[in-house]
Amino acid sequence: MSTSPTAVVNERIQPALPPPLVARRWSGTRTVGWIALAAMLGLLGGLSLYLILSWDLELITKYGPKYWQGLQITLGLVATSIVFGAAMSLPVAMARLSPNRAVGALAYGYVYLFRGTPLLAQVFLVYYGAGEFRPELQSVGLWGFFRDPWNCAVFAFALNTAAYQAEILRGAIQSVAKGQWEAAEALGLTRLQAFRKIILPQALIVALRPYGNEIILMLKGSAIVAIITVLDLMGETRRAYSRSFDFQTYLWAAVIYLLMVETIRNIWERLEKHLTRHLRRDG
Amino acid sequence: MDEISTLLALGDTGWGDEIAAGVGVTLSLALATLPLGLLIGFFIALAKQSEEPTLRLAGNIYTTVFRGLPELLTLFLVYFGAQIGIRELMLAMGSETSIEINSFFAGMVALGLVFSSFSSEVFLSAFRAIPRGQYEGGQAIGLTRFQTMRLIILPQLIRIALPGLSNLWMILLKDTALVSVIGLSDIIRQTGIAARVTKEAFLFFGVACLLYLVLAILSSVAIGAINRWAAKGDTAR
Repeated sequence: MSTSPTAVVNERIQPALPPPLVARRWSGTRTVGWIALAAMLGLLGGLSLYLILSWDLELITKYGPKYWQGLQITLGLVATSIVFGAAMSLPVAMARLSPNRAVGALAYGYVYLFRGTPLLAQVFLVYYGAGEFRPELQSVGLWGFFRDPWNCAVFAFALNTAAYQAEILRGAIQSVAKGQWEAAEALGLTRLQAFRKIILPQALIVALRPYGNEIILMLKGSAIVAIITVLDLMGETRRAYSRSFDFQTYLWAAVIYLLMVETIRNIWERLEKHLTRHLRRDG
Repeated sequence: MDEISTLLALGDTGWGDEIAAGVGVTLSLALATLPLGLLIGFFIALAKQSEEPTLRLAGNIYTTVFRGLPELLTLFLVYFGAQIGIRELMLAMGSETSIEINSFFAGMVALGLVFSSFSSEVFLSAFRAIPRGQYEGGQAIGLTRFQTMRLIILPQLIRIALPGLSNLWMILLKDTALVSVIGLSDIIRQTGIAARVTKEAFLFFGVACLLYLVLAILSSVAIGAINRWAAKGDTAR
């Protein structure tokens, strides 16, 4: 640490200035971008403006509470179907993974059947088909259940979502490395213990995103129950439109559905961030 | 068994020919929607991966809206919305004639909007899987941007996007069932009429489900063939 007395710096060395900012060139892409954005905002803004200009307090007070009831029915329907579907999906996923060929094929057939046909056809099959077996259903005391369109919808939805959820679960379980099973066995855990404590927690993290998508799909799909006379949000909307012939009834439904889907998506994103925080490397 | 074969027979006595016509309508609607949805989806994906923030924002608004709305609601919005829009337009031009929107056309537009918003996501992730060097390589050998896209990026893009797109095709095939609600004579509507007339709902909706399954199986055979064709280039590597 020796400093020579002659080499003294008297002047402050000025740092070099940053290069001057070059204005972004106006390009063809940029023009197209502004036109596209203007068209998009114009359409959305126009629709919002239409909703504001045609603000009709009478209409709102008349149908608002109905929409609220419909919304509750939609949410109840989706929640019930998802829960029952989740309960049914576990045995189906197990059967899909079973080493027994026949059991696996049976589960595959179930999954293929429900994923390969439209939900609408399944709902019709249950709702209109049940009426045909009325005497048989009455003799076992199930007619009361199948007479109600809401029950039929939940029945069909639960079977449908069970098939999708079983595939999600199967994929997730298979994504867990085989070594995890072997390590659990080496530690002396039974297969059930290994599944419950080692495999399932890891699988569920993989399954988280597809599960969120499935809930959103179910929420959107639930709109078709309006066709079998369930007065969910869509059903109330259709009724309001057929009475008022006012197009804003559909626009309000669109706004509500969009808000619901975006809310679920955001909640799910946060949940995923929270549950996978141990896997993140930063912070 | 005898009864079923007479119910499903072709001609005046059975419902076979009516249902076959329904299969034709379902298939042609799905096939008509596919190119529309792919084309719009491709351009939306281009917008979403562009460096221009306004384009990205416009693309994201489009996908958020049409992925979030129930397909049935989108269909009604298009069907009734277009009708009202055209009527207003005609009134503004001083004409009183009302024009009925073709339900096939409305279904095609609505399903195309939904399909394109989903396919744009598939295309977008395929775009992201293609390294930057491919664009730079194209530029280095003197290709224009359009040529780079057509000759270098697109062939790779199709191969990467194919699994996602075939999933979307299966979903589209099932979503066409919704168009029966606005009066198009597809599989569901035809079997529904047969069910109402004959009071054999379980049989006819069961047939409808089977027909969709057959279409799905045929599609997976076709997709397998397309996959093999697309994977031909892979063997060289």
